[in-house]
Amino acid sequence: MKYLHDFTLVNSERQTDDFVVLTLQGGAEPLPELQPGQFAEVRVDAPGAYLRRPLSIHDVDYDKQQIKLLVQEVGTGTRALTALALGSTINMLYPLGKGYSLPDSKRVLLVGGGCGVAPLLFLGRYLKKNGITPRFLIGTRTAAGLVRLDAYRELGEVMVTTEDGSAGTKGYVIHHPVMKTETPDFDWIYTCGPEAMMRILAKYANKHGLSCQVSLENHMACGIGACLCCITPTKDGHKCTCTDGPVFDSKYLQW
Amino acid sequence: MVDLKVKLGSLELQNPVMTASGTYGYGEEYEDFVDINRLGGIVVKGTTLHPRQGNDYPRMAETPMGMLNAVGLQNVGVDRFISEIYPRIKKYRTNILVNVSGSTVEEYVETAAKINALDHIPGIELNISCPNVKEGGMAFGTSCPSTIAVTAAVREVYNKHMMVKLSPNVTNIAEIALGVESAGADSVSLINTLLGMAIDVEQRRPVLSTITGGLSGAAVKPVALRMVWQVAQAVKIPVVGMGGISNAEDAIAFMLAGASAVQIGTANFIDPKVTEKVIAGIEDYLVRHNMTSVAELKGALQA
Ligand SMILES: Cc1cc2nc3c(=O)[nH]c(=O)nc-3n(C[C@H](O)[C@H](O)[C@H](O)COP(=O)(O)O)c2cc1C
Repeated sequence: MKYLHDFTLVNSERQTDDFVVLTLQGGAEPLPELQPGQFAEVRVDAPGAYLRRPLSIHDVDYDKQQIKLLVQEVGTGTRALTALALGSTINMLYPLGKGYSLPDSKRVLLVGGGCGVAPLLFLGRYLKKNGITPRFLIGTRTAAGLVRLDAYRELGEVMVTTEDGSAGTKGYVIHHPVMKTETPDFDWIYTCGPEAMMRILAKYANKHGLSCQVSLENHMACGIGACLCCITPTKDGHKCTCTDGPVFDSKYLQW
Repeated sequence: MVDLKVKLGSLELQNPVMTASGTYGYGEEYEDFVDINRLGGIVVKGTTLHPRQGNDYPRMAETPMGMLNAVGLQNVGVDRFISEIYPRIKKYRTNILVNVSGSTVEEYVETAAKINALDHIPGIELNISCPNVKEGGMAFGTSCPSTIAVTAAVREVYNKHMMVKLSPNVTNIAEIALGVESAGADSVSLINTLLGMAIDVEQRRPVLSTITGGLSGAAVKPVALRMVWQVAQAVKIPVVGMGGISNAEDAIAFMLAGASAVQIGTANFIDPKVTEKVIAGIEDYLVRHNMTSVAELKGALQA
């Protein structure tokens, strides 16, 4: 079941030059069960932003009925969201799509790049609740782009790469020592981020016989499988990223 | 009590609000938000004789108050529509119209003939105007002789309500509407999307995989309204108006311009409940203006 609910913005915390965490308070009804990797289509009332914006569920607190979104300011719509005053109403269509599934091994690596780190916090929390300790590998351009590392560290080990070497290992995530060993010490990769990064990870997973779940960030309109705009080619032809994904097994994609 | 019922030839609509093809899936996608049985009708996805994969990604670009799409008629084909989808959706107590497309006259005819056999489908909408298919659609909808040829050929095999959907990408839409009427259409619907384009200047590339695509949403409303008005002046068959309708006021404007009913497309993406709100808003308007029937709105423009 999908819902169309009004939330109230109760907190807005700027993390970096372009990342803001929004905390949204639900209303009278309890939150539905959310899966990590699922997203919401968020209504933006701003000139220049016509369609809803798909945003990953970053964190959930069922007791407080709060959902957190990690918003990267990339255009008019996202900037309008981060400019909202506390107390504003935000309408969300949610929960949408198929999320990450539980692994059949306890050895997992969660790899995020850019705003792709957003769903990995909620995923990490979910894994932890299921007795699996998440390890994170986070790649950014510079140290200034690292977001909420403390929250991730509460759940498990956090490794970092930056393109300019200003934090962690210099280079891309694939250059981190954890990816360099002959036999990886993890069996599952969960990833979200730029497609180029995820394609490299998918290839790496294939080479080492690992499972790899990727979350695509295709542009979408409806978010509910009606318009067929956000398709991705799969083994079974074009599938909607919004309903068949956004999380796919990398082997299912035509990569 | 005001009367919201509308008659489009043999079609009886409980209210004038339908949903536009390609934006509402098969209705099922919206079940969590709307009671489909309360709609005047739904027009399901563009359906072709053979399954179609549609165009490559990217297929969508947001534009000021609108969007471009280049879906390219991705659909499972008429046979799987009949065997898999029809059994699921025939329960809806509303008018389900199938939007029919093709690359040749024969494909249109064969597809329409198969749908003619379905008891719970009271009509088709002939899509002679899709801008996102190379051969076919576009060519048919934009020249008068080919439009007449498709309409007349389908008329031979299809004996329920035949709505013909017009392309706005023409010089004189009223002329095409007249041609379609003479070829046996029971009603016309308009507008399909307006051919448009978007460019990513940083990458110096077109945003859509097909370079050009179809513009829809609030941005097209004034153009659509003008065309509906022109067509309604020209033809005697009922006109179904669409293009950017986002609220009751928009829907009423189309009816004042001469539409008997309306379709809502892109606005469903922004508010999945918009159809129910438009129905309630029309009712409200009629009460406020001391009108007893929605039929009184049709063409009531005081110009
Ligand atoms: C994503 C998308 C897919 C569409 N697919 C079809 C289609 O398959 N057949 C068709 O006749 N029109 C199709 N259309 C056009 C709409 O039915 C409608 O004519 C147009 O969008 C204008 O109305 P609107 O502004 O309310 O959306 C599509 C429109 C969109 C946005």
